[in-house]
Formats: sequence, structure tokens, C-alpha cells
Amino acid sequence: MENKRIDHMTYLPDMENIGSEIQDKVIKARNDYTPDKYTAADVTEALKADVLTPYDFGALLSPAAGNFLEEMAKRAMAETRKHFGNSINMFTPLYIANYCENYCIYCGFNCHNKINRAKLNEEEIEQEMKAIADTGLEEVLILTGESRKMSDVEYIGMACRLASKYFKVVGLEVYPMNTDEYRYLHECGADYVTVFQETYNSDKYETLHLEGHKRVFPYRLNAQERAIRGGMRGVGFAALLGLDDFRRDAFATGMHAYLIQKKYPHADIAFSCPRLRPIINNDKINPKDVHEPQLLQVICAYRIFMPFASITISTRECQRFRDNIIKIAATKISAGVDVGIGGHTEDGSHKGDEQFEISDGRNVEQVYKAIKEQGLQPVMSEYIYV
Amino acid sequence: MNDKLIIAGHEFNSRFILGSGKYSLELIKAAVENAGAEIITLALRRANSDSDNILDYIPKGVTLLPNTSGARNAEEAVRIARLSREVGCGDFVKIEVIHDSKYLLPDNYETIKATEILAKEGFIVMPYMYPDLNAARDLVNAGAATIMPLGAPIGSNKGICTKDFIKILIEEIDLPIIVDAGIGKPSQACEAMEMGAAAVMANTAIATAGDIPAMAEAFKKAIEAGRTAYLSGMGRVIEKASASSPLTGFLQD
Repeated sequence: MENKRIDHMTYLPDMENIGSEIQDKVIKARNDYTPDKYTAADVTEALKADVLTPYDFGALLSPAAGNFLEEMAKRAMAETRKHFGNSINMFTPLYIANYCENYCIYCGFNCHNKINRAKLNEEEIEQEMKAIADTGLEEVLILTGESRKMSDVEYIGMACRLASKYFKVVGLEVYPMNTDEYRYLHECGADYVTVFQETYNSDKYETLHLEGHKRVFPYRLNAQERAIRGGMRGVGFAALLGLDDFRRDAFATGMHAYLIQKKYPHADIAFSCPRLRPIINNDKINPKDVHEPQLLQVICAYRIFMPFASITISTRECQRFRDNIIKIAATKISAGVDVGIGGHTEDGSHKGDEQFEISDGRNVEQVYKAIKEQGLQPVMSEYIYV
Repeated sequence: MNDKLIIAGHEFNSRFILGSGKYSLELIKAAVENAGAEIITLALRRANSDSDNILDYIPKGVTLLPNTSGARNAEEAVRIARLSREVGCGDFVKIEVIHDSKYLLPDNYETIKATEILAKEGFIVMPYMYPDLNAARDLVNAGAATIMPLGAPIGSNKGICTKDFIKILIEEIDLPIIVDAGIGKPSQACEAMEMGAAAVMANTAIATAGDIPAMAEAFKKAIEAGRTAYLSGMGRVIEKASASSPLTGFLQD
């Protein structure tokens, strides 16, 4: 069985290889990063710096910075308000299919997990979008499971064109693809692409992603760069915290974004901060490694290192954490979330099962109100497709 | 005193251009009133929303100055400006062309190109720029109505870091020079006006204040004070003590 697995560092035919300069730098930075060597003095230096270096960023992610959470939160809040004022952007994800060809052992959509699979047709997607647009949202994030066979690029393109009818901002969280495919989806109306690298430790990655195209580590890592070359305005980065050493993975995530921003200074940069969540049929998967203080530390470190980046807070987190983190560092929050297939329309029944369990089930109106109550301004969109 | 700010033939009594971004929509009206502002900037991309449209919160009678933020090159700026006119935001446009997400510094070259196209289409073009004299001259030739040099990066509240270069623009360029971006405190706004700037534009400094309407008022007063000081002719400042025996003492008669 083991022998039949493909080499996770070798591109498959049809996968575009744009070179590995950023990948090599990110991997090197991750390998060189030693969280335990930082001292309290390194952390205070980092917090004093006007513009942080990668070394400073490493300090903020270190165990030593665990004693400076309050100071980090204060600095993060000041940076957030300086760059974003009171604005908090709202959006919702829309899962249009959950077929998946990958076997990622921690994910509810993985191809060996016995769940109800489904794919919405054009009419169903439009109904879902109408229902979401009726809640007042103007930004949608289109998601699929990673199956090129069941959710091909044309299918996703169809969803993007529909989405541009109902929404101002269209983002994608789908399988990584080639530059020309990103260009096609950009022309269909999408402008933001998020790809979770899950873990930047390629050895660990190999043990978690056993089958499917996702097993090819470098193709995934270079997705953001291909998306920008394909004309996308912004790209999002994330490690699934808890899969491997979360400090190293958070450091690699920040360095990845930092290097992309340096190479493509016009690109909008975004972070997501997912922790592992329980999934259907696997009780062993739970977010026990990264507790709230560690998650807060990571989010604040991202904010202070890249003050201009958008940070999204997921419904994986509970209401209390989400309502507080938008005061400090997050600038984007989802609402009215359903991670199953076809749950937005009237009867609310699912055609396909959910990817993971959510912790904050509030609808758009409730989240809108909660943002207002913090003295912040909910923003449905501030964007023009040009 | 008849001291008006004149932009492309339009007269304004206030020299404070207020930004509307980054704060709660309900506070815009109070901020405008306390600021005594007659021109308010807004990002057109904020006016592109169907719910909570920022345009609904701006008091009537205030001149809208839509900006092209989000544009990464001249072509995109031109498209946003045209859209702005279509949605009824008038002929004023502040050109912002930025393709640097970290420092948000403007691209002078693309800004000049956009200015030229839009001025020909009858827009009153107010370009946001990095204070470079050659670029400013090109903007004048391209048909700009004012020049809006930055004091410091947007949102930084660092004050007029580019002071010496803005002074050069004030001396050399015959259009109104409006200091835009980076001004963090009323005292800095006052300083810009003392230097001879025609007006000051501020947003973040007000948006991030504890009491937004009160800070708007503080800026208003500072800008008025700075203007009055400039018009009064600033008193002499002696930077160094002078030598006791004059070099010209050898002259006879």
C-alpha cells in the first residue's frame, strides 16, 4: 500500500511548475526557526519595532511571547484600527460540492469518509445565492471539495458568474489550479483565492495527505503565486493549526505571505487562522493542541507583522472568541454559515454533509448587531471589480 | 476677510477636507458639522455597497470628492472615476493609484497618466502623489486642479515627514497644494497651513480618535489658526546666534 503512494514532492503531469524560489525560502525559514531560543528581551524589542523583521515575527510566535499576550493584543489593536479603522467585513462561505479525491486523514470531506456527497446544479446554486443575498451579505466565498472530476473549472466558473450577479465580492476556496485556470475564473468574476497549506512541514504533510492531487506539496504551496499571475487581486494563506508544531507552521504561513507581498507588492494579503475541529466519524481529531491563548498569540503576531493584511475569523471558533478578536485583530467575519451542501434555502435541509462542526451558528443579523455593539462598523463590501 | 480656497473655479470657505473612511457611518454627519468641512472624500468602493451605502450618511450640500482607491494602475483609476460620475458623485475625483499593499504609497507615473485622461473628460482631478517636483509639474501639465502630496504614509499619523519637499511644491507649483495623508494631530495640520498649504486632508487621525466629532473640531481650529498665521506673515525665527564682529566691518563709508 505504502509503495503505491505517489511522491509528494513531484509534480504530476498537467500541474504547472512555476519554480520554487519562494517555496525554498519558506521551507528554509521554517527549518531555521527555533521558537525556544527567543527571550523576553527579543519579544519586547519586537513589540517596540516600527516595522517588524521576520526575526521579530518569530519572537512574537515564541513561547517567550506567551507572557506578553496583553501587550501583543494592545499593539495588534492599535495596528488594526490604524489600517482598517472601525470596519469589519462580513461574508459567508457557500459550499457548492463536497466530492473529494483527496485522502486527508483529518478532514470530513476526505474521499474515504462515508458521508453524503452532493453537488449543486446551476439552479440550486442560484437559489442558495439568492437566499444568502437576501440576508444583506455582499461577499461570498465559493467552496468545493477537491475533485476536478466532479467540480471542474467550468463548473466553478459558472458559480463565479452567478455569484457576480448577486454579490460584489467573490472569493474562491477550491483545489489549486494552473495560472490560466485562475485567469479564467478571474474573468468569471472571482478576485480572491485562498489556499490552506495545512502544514508547511513537507514530511508531516506527506503523512496526512495520503491520496489525491493534494498530496503534491509544492503544487499547493505555489498556488497563491499562480493565482496572482492569473490576475487575482488577493490571496489568502493559512496553516491548519494543530496538525504539526503550530508555532513553526504559523511562522511559515507569515513568511509565505511576506515573501509573496515582497514579490507582488500590489497583491492583497489575507490570513485565516483555522484550528483543527472535530469531524464526522473521527473522534480523535480535536483542537486540543492549540488553545485560545495560543490562537490569540498567532493572530496578534500575524497582525503586528503584516498590519495591512486582512484576517478572517472562522466559525470554527465560538461567539465569545470571535466577538473579542474583531476588536483586536480580525477584520473579516463570517455569518450565517453552513458548511454542508445546500443548507441556505428555505427548508434548510442538506443535500450533502458538512465538512466540520461550527461553533458559532449566528445568522447575519445577529453578527451584524454584535459588531455594532462593539462600536465597530459592519461593512458588506468595499470593493469594485476592475 | 475674503480668503477662499478655489479649486477649478469652485469656491470653498473651509480648508479642511475630511475623509469618511474607517469610522462608524452614524458619526459622519457630526464629524462634517464639527469640522465645518465643505468637501468630504469617500472611497468609491465604499459607495458600491447596496446596504449601508456611505452616500446616505453624508449631509447634503457637502461637495463629494470620490477617490479611486483600489486602483492599481491608470486604467483602473480611470474606470473607477467614470463609474463614480455614473453613480452621481459629480465631477470631482481624487486619483489614488496604489500598487503597494504594505505602505500604500502612490504611483506618480500612473497617476499622471490617469490625470491626463480624466482631465480631458472634464473631471476636476485632484491627484494624490508622492511629493516630487517633476511629477507635480507633469500633473499640472496633465490638467490637475490641485496637487495632493502625502505628508507620510496613509494611516500612519506620523505628521509631515516630507516637509521640505512639500515646501518646494508650495513654492514652485501655482495650483493649490493640499497636504494629504499622514497628518496625525491638529498641531501637524496647523504646521502644514503655516507652511502655506492651501488645505489639509485628514481621515485616520479623526477616525481613530476617542471622540470623533470633537477631534474634527480640533482639526478645524488648528487649520484655521495655521491659515491665519500664514496670511499674517510668520515672525522671524533666528536659527543661530550671529558673529559679534561683522565680516563687513572693513568697509569704509
